[in-house]
Amino acid sequence: MSETKKYKKVAYYPGCALEGTAQPYDHSTKALGKALGLELEEVKNWNCCGAMEVKNIDPKIQTYLSSRVMSIAANEMGHDVVMAPCNGCYHNLKKAEYDLAHDEGSKEVVEKISKKAGHETYKAGQVETIHALDWIKDSIGEEGLKERVKNSLNGMKIANYYGCMYVRPRHIFPEKDQGPGSESTSAPHFMDDLLEAAGAENVDFPLKTACCGGAHTLSDSDTSTKLVLNILEAAEASGAEVIATECPTCHSGLEMHQIRAEKVLGRKTNVKIVYFTQLLGMAMGLSAKKVGVHQNISDSMDLMKEKGLA
Amino acid sequence: MPIHEKHLIRPENLVSHENLVIDGIDVSGDWSTFIRSRVVPDYNENLQEEIEALPGGEFIHRCWQCGSCTNSCTMNAVNPDFNPRYWIYLIRMGFESELVRDKDIIWQCVSCNKCTYACPRDVVPEGVMKATAHWLEHKGYTPKSPSMVFDEVFSEQVIERGKIEDGEVVLNFLTRTHQKLTQPWLIEMVKRLMKHLPVKMLATLGLATIFKPRTKGWGPARDAIKDYVKERDEAATDALGPHIAYKKPETPEQIAAE
Repeated sequence: MSETKKYKKVAYYPGCALEGTAQPYDHSTKALGKALGLELEEVKNWNCCGAMEVKNIDPKIQTYLSSRVMSIAANEMGHDVVMAPCNGCYHNLKKAEYDLAHDEGSKEVVEKISKKAGHETYKAGQVETIHALDWIKDSIGEEGLKERVKNSLNGMKIANYYGCMYVRPRHIFPEKDQGPGSESTSAPHFMDDLLEAAGAENVDFPLKTACCGGAHTLSDSDTSTKLVLNILEAAEASGAEVIATECPTCHSGLEMHQIRAEKVLGRKTNVKIVYFTQLLGMAMGLSAKKVGVHQNISDSMDLMKEKGLA
Repeated sequence: MPIHEKHLIRPENLVSHENLVIDGIDVSGDWSTFIRSRVVPDYNENLQEEIEALPGGEFIHRCWQCGSCTNSCTMNAVNPDFNPRYWIYLIRMGFESELVRDKDIIWQCVSCNKCTYACPRDVVPEGVMKATAHWLEHKGYTPKSPSMVFDEVFSEQVIERGKIEDGEVVLNFLTRTHQKLTQPWLIEMVKRLMKHLPVKMLATLGLATIFKPRTKGWGPARDAIKDYVKERDEAATDALGPHIAYKKPETPEQIAAE
C-alpha cells in the first residue's frame, strides 16, 4: 500500500476525558502507537473542545474552542494532521472545520476571539482531523496488523460499538461514504476490520451506531439507562463476549449504566466493555496491565486471562 | 394514539353528563357526549421567527413535514410523545399553547443527530430541539432543565480554565440539582472503580480535584470569550421580545398543575 507511512507522526489531541475518567484509553493509545512505530506529539496547551455541552450554550464558542486546538497544531507546531481518539473531540474538530469553511458568522466570531486571545486564527483546510481508527487503519492497515500480531485475540466474540459522533451528521465527514476503502456512515467497519485482523470474531451487531444517551448520562439518567441496556442486551443476544468501544463517553456511559441497570432496573448483563486500543494492544503483545484493562470499571481481566491475553 | 386524533380531540375537551334530561328525554352518559369547540386563543405569528433567532433553529423554514426526523429519533423510541416533526409543525403554524403542552420533554433530546442524518431538507432538527428548549426557558414556561444546568456547569469550567475535570463537573451538577451522592448505583460504581485502580491513578484523580487542571496560557482566550458572550447577550435580549419570569409553583394546586 502506498499510503502505509501516511500518519507516521501526527499531532495528538487527547482531550479532557482521556486525562480523567478515560485514562486507560489514553495509556493504551500511546502504548499501541509505540508498539506500531507511530509517533504522537501532544498538542501544546490544548483546551477542551466543548464536548456536547458548550454548543448548547453557544455553538460559535464551541467552534472557537476547536479552532484554537487546530491553530496550535498547525501554526505553532507545524502539523498537518491532528489525531483525536475521543469521538467528541474528533466530531467537534470536524464540525469546526466544516463551519469555518461554510459559515461566515462562525468565521467572524472565531477571528474576533482569536485575535483578542492573541493567537493566529485557524483557517479551514490547515489540518486534517482523524480518529484513532483512521490513524491505525491508514498507517498500518489490516495486512500490516496481521504481520505484527503476537498474541491473537483468538476468536474473541466482539460487538463493535461506534456511537453517534463518529458518523453523524454526514456533512461534516466529507471523506466518508466515498466507496470502497472509505468509512461508511451507515454501516461503519474500520473497527471491525482492525479487530478481525487481530484475530477477533466480529458478531453481527445491529446497534453499531445507536445512541447511548451520553449527552444526558447524568441529567436524564433513566433514559440513558434504557438506551444503554438496549445496547448491552442486543450485544449479548448477538453472542458477544466483549463490546469494543472507541469513545470515552460511550465507554463510561456503558460502564456506568450497566451498573445502574443492574441496581435500579434489576437487569444484569455480563458483556465486558473494552477500548479497541486495549484489544489491539494486547494482540500486539502488550500485557493487559500495560494497556490498562485493570483500570476499566467493567472487569474483564478474567476473560483476558481465559483468552491467554493477560 | 395517532397524532392527528390527539391534536383534535383531547380527553379534557370531551364533555358528558352522568345525569342529563333534556325536554323530558334522558340523555345521560355517552348519549350526551360532545366535544368542546377548539379555539386557539394565543396564536403566535412570530413563533417561527423567535425559534429561528436562537442558535440551532436557523433552518426550520425548510421543513416539508416528511417525518424522517421522528421516524429515526432515539427519544421517540423511548417515549412516543417525543415528536420532532410535530413540534416543527406547531412552531411553523404558531400554535404556541399546543407546543407548550410538551414543555417538559423537549429538552430530553440526546443530540444523537439521527434526525439531522435522515433529514432530506437539512433542517437540522437536533438544533431546532435545542433552540426550542432554550425558547421555553427564555419565555419562562419552564425552569432550567437538568440538561441546561449540566451544560452551564460544564461551560463555566471550560471558559474559566480551558479544561474540565470530570469529578468536579459531576459533583457540581449533582449539588446544583439537589441530588444525593449516596444513590446505590453511584456507590456501587465507585466501589468497582476502587477495586482495581492502582494507587497511582487514584492519586492523579485525587490530585486533579484539588489542583484543577487548566490550560496553560488560557487567560487571554478566557477574556476574549467572556467579551464575546457579553456582546452576544446584549444583542439577544433585544431579539427575543418580552420575557415572562418563571414562577416556582407554591400552592398545592399549582404544584399539581406543574
